[in-house]
Amino acid sequence: MVATTIAHGHDLNLLGLADTEHEGPAPKRIVTGYGFWIFLLSDMVMFSCFFAAYAVLLGQTAGGPSGAELFNLRSVAVETTCLLLSSFACGMASIAAEVHSHLWFQIAMAVTCVLGLAFLAIEFHEFADLVARGAGPSRSAFLSAFFTLVGCHGLHVSAGTLWLLTMMAQVFAKGFRADIQRRFLCFALFWHALDIIWVAVFSVVYLLGSAV
Amino acid sequence: MSDVHGLPHQPDVAPGDEVGGIRLHVLGYLTGLGLALVLTATSFFVAGTDLVWQPSIPVAIVVLAIAQMGVHVVFFLHITTGPDNTNNVMALAFGLLIVFLVIGGSLWIMSNLNHNMPPMDQLMLMQR
Amino acid sequence: MFGKLTWEAIPIDQPIPLVAGGVVLVVILAVLVWVVLKGHLPYLWHEWITSVDHKRIGVMYTLLAMVMLLRGFSDALLMRAQQALAFHSQGFLPPEHYNQIFSAHGTIMIFFVGMPFVIGLMNLVVPLQLGVRDVAFPTLNSVGFWLTATGALLVNVSLVVGEFARTGWLPYPPLSELTYSPGVGVDYYLWSLQISGVGTLVAGINLVTTVLKIRTRGMNYMRMPMFCWTTLASNLLIIAAFPILTATLAMLILDRYFGFHFFTNEAGGNMMMFMNLIWAWGHPEVYILVLPAFGIFSEVVSTFSGKPLFGYRSMVLATMAICVISFMVWLHHFFTMGAGPDVNAIFGIASMVIAVPTGVKIYNWLFTMFAGRIRFATPMLWSIGFMITFIIGGLTGVLVAVPPADFLLHNSLFLVAHFHNVIIGGVLFGAFAGYTYWFPKAFGFRLDERLGMAAFWLWLVGFYVAFMPLYAVGFLGMTRRMQHYDVAEWRPWLMIASVGAIIITVAIAVQVMQLVVSIRNREALRDFTGDPWDGRSLEWATPSPPPVFNFAVMPHVTGEDAYWAMKRRARQEAGAKHETDYRPIEMPRNSPTGFVCAFFATVMGFALIWHIWWMVIAGFIGAFATFVVFAWRDHDEYEIPADEVARVDRANLAARRELVTAAGSV
Repeated sequence: MVATTIAHGHDLNLLGLADTEHEGPAPKRIVTGYGFWIFLLSDMVMFSCFFAAYAVLLGQTAGGPSGAELFNLRSVAVETTCLLLSSFACGMASIAAEVHSHLWFQIAMAVTCVLGLAFLAIEFHEFADLVARGAGPSRSAFLSAFFTLVGCHGLHVSAGTLWLLTMMAQVFAKGFRADIQRRFLCFALFWHALDIIWVAVFSVVYLLGSAV
Repeated sequence: MSDVHGLPHQPDVAPGDEVGGIRLHVLGYLTGLGLALVLTATSFFVAGTDLVWQPSIPVAIVVLAIAQMGVHVVFFLHITTGPDNTNNVMALAFGLLIVFLVIGGSLWIMSNLNHNMPPMDQLMLMQR
Repeated sequence: MFGKLTWEAIPIDQPIPLVAGGVVLVVILAVLVWVVLKGHLPYLWHEWITSVDHKRIGVMYTLLAMVMLLRGFSDALLMRAQQALAFHSQGFLPPEHYNQIFSAHGTIMIFFVGMPFVIGLMNLVVPLQLGVRDVAFPTLNSVGFWLTATGALLVNVSLVVGEFARTGWLPYPPLSELTYSPGVGVDYYLWSLQISGVGTLVAGINLVTTVLKIRTRGMNYMRMPMFCWTTLASNLLIIAAFPILTATLAMLILDRYFGFHFFTNEAGGNMMMFMNLIWAWGHPEVYILVLPAFGIFSEVVSTFSGKPLFGYRSMVLATMAICVISFMVWLHHFFTMGAGPDVNAIFGIASMVIAVPTGVKIYNWLFTMFAGRIRFATPMLWSIGFMITFIIGGLTGVLVAVPPADFLLHNSLFLVAHFHNVIIGGVLFGAFAGYTYWFPKAFGFRLDERLGMAAFWLWLVGFYVAFMPLYAVGFLGMTRRMQHYDVAEWRPWLMIASVGAIIITVAIAVQVMQLVVSIRNREALRDFTGDPWDGRSLEWATPSPPPVFNFAVMPHVTGEDAYWAMKRRARQEAGAKHETDYRPIEMPRNSPTGFVCAFFATVMGFALIWHIWWMVIAGFIGAFATFVVFAWRDHDEYEIPADEVARVDRANLAARRELVTAAGSV
């Protein structure tokens, strides 16, 4: 009852997809990775709404301070470097997971964690400082948008750090089991995506905001 | 007969996975890091310097940002244009389309609305 | 200790919510007591509540939708009654109640009837049509369902504890800001939708990944049933649009809870940005609802015409075109709110353009019916009713897509009639068609045909009597959401509309009766072969109801209408012996994760609404702990032995022998 021929030529090569016969359900790693990938894209759409709100409300300082008066580019540069290096460390952790090296995995993840926490510490300090100076989010629409956009990214990094620690614990307790590897793949995607968003944040919010 | 595939068709790759050996992987990440650091430094420099024609600064920063995002996507996320990555790229393209529609559309619409019907405090300013 | 929550939150002085809430509580308690006393609780817990089976989850989604339809429709009856009576009078509903009622009506109908109904049908059917065993992420599927149920629960709790929003189903600022809506109503709305929004996003990710990555061997994209294509398009829209809703509602939450100024009158807020962003979600939302309905009609029309779907490729292109264009028209919901003529023109033209692919679909369905051997079973009746009704609604849509016309018709009852026309005629008729069509597959027995036809005719007549007058009264200048009026011209139309509402009430009663009668007569209505309609797609190859693993051996597909080809081949090979190699099958374990997670989400949502901060933290810790416990488990699958698989499959094949030997179709 099974036809073993492939490549029925009448299939339309729509969207450039392979016109050989579909082989069946994809392996779990691909399915999990892909599902998380489209979740990340949905997260990017959410961030784009905050970016749009920020762009629209950029000038609405309600007589209060603007970005140029508030932003400290030096600490932004440090934050950026921390996050970028943490992405690199995460990449090293991915390689360690590939070769099933417990030692290098935990070291790389610990470095990622420390750099991520450093980023969060600097950002928290920046926010606290702004609030203390009377430039908190309820001061003006511009500041509301700023705190929300940058804060949302910070919340994602915080959640990512919690996830990171959970992954370290899971690998420690259960080793490099297939399902844990899949979860780690998702974590790595998440962490790199956060750095991508940060590129947009520091460019559009801080650099463009200061250059104005 | 059930869920096994044994046909000689190029299998898909999970987003975030890459094919190749360890040395290649490490070199990939190092290259990505290096490029990203250079682009970041350039962005910061351009933002603060007088050496560049001022009106071009916003464009330059945006271009550098897009370039750096590309570096991340290729070197850290391993999204390539090979046939095994088609679904991943299509999804990314769809996501980007929506992002541009939302941001571009919102900016266009809101500036149009603000021009014809300014928010309250701008109206008050105009009345003075 | 309990934030803003006090005993005054219970509406002791308001008879309608008090009585309604009381009755519902009594009914729920009675059902719970009956379930426990009859010993059904272990069965319900193990087979349904903790189920990760897409079929069970699909049924639960659909059940949620139908129950919420009763609640949403009760609101509609109250509104129609009020508008029939409130001529030169205050009617029986004071404005602060009437406003809550129409807000609840819209919110419930869109988020807790429309969405769960289509998501439920997609969940039930798509893996079967793709020839696979489950969706991509079964446990996540359960989480998504229970979070949606949480949202529905919170909205209903607002009836008896506190109040609901008075802003309409989309809470425009500044009315929805704290200054003008200081009560908890808007907060109920916001948290209920944020929580169920997560559930919807999860369902979207699940179904897109399933359609793209989990199909049986040979199921190329262009061989998928049309319902799978519309599922793909609809869920791509969910993934793209729901984050916008999340972000926008989050901004309103920040304004209300932390004094931010996104949409406030002062400190630079821009309330038009809310309209802009919310409709950037809102327009794709209606396509999320209607695309699966289009898919259902493709299946039903082709099956009951006995022909393959006409113009498959153009259908696919039309579906994907609608998917993309639906993201380019959202300004047409606020043409009158200050945009200039150039912006209005572009979005107006795009809104008219989107009618073209829909027209392509209608022609394809008509050509499918042409020269077919049409059977007028209930699902087919719903499809024909849809075609006529949706065309009218679509045409009025094209009319309001013209900006100058919209300046007269915006927010009039003409608009109300238009969107009910397309949502009821499109989404609801499609959902009912799908419900009637796939009910035997889900439960193993058919629904009573005569009662089904009666329900259809009552709905069709009731809909036209209820909504056509609203077009007229919209042209006569009546605005929507009016609690009272004194224009004599409008009165007769509104009275006719209430008659229509009563006819629909009877229709719904008949549908409830149909279910009760069908369950009682289920042996007589039993579907023995699994293929009661002489279907064309793979779900009809399984027994009714399918075993947990769907297919004993995943089919190898070689063309469109996979099951039709299988039947033809089986007839040609009748009597030939086939030795099938049965293997043990691994299926995901059931899990309480979804239910427990939703429990904590309910606690958190309620606590956030009433500002009970310690409860928020407790709920959050509980939810996080649930995830860690789930992530820590070691055995996430169980094995079904090969003999069990063989037994099920042989029974299925034996039951179908009569189908094979019978010449031609039914």
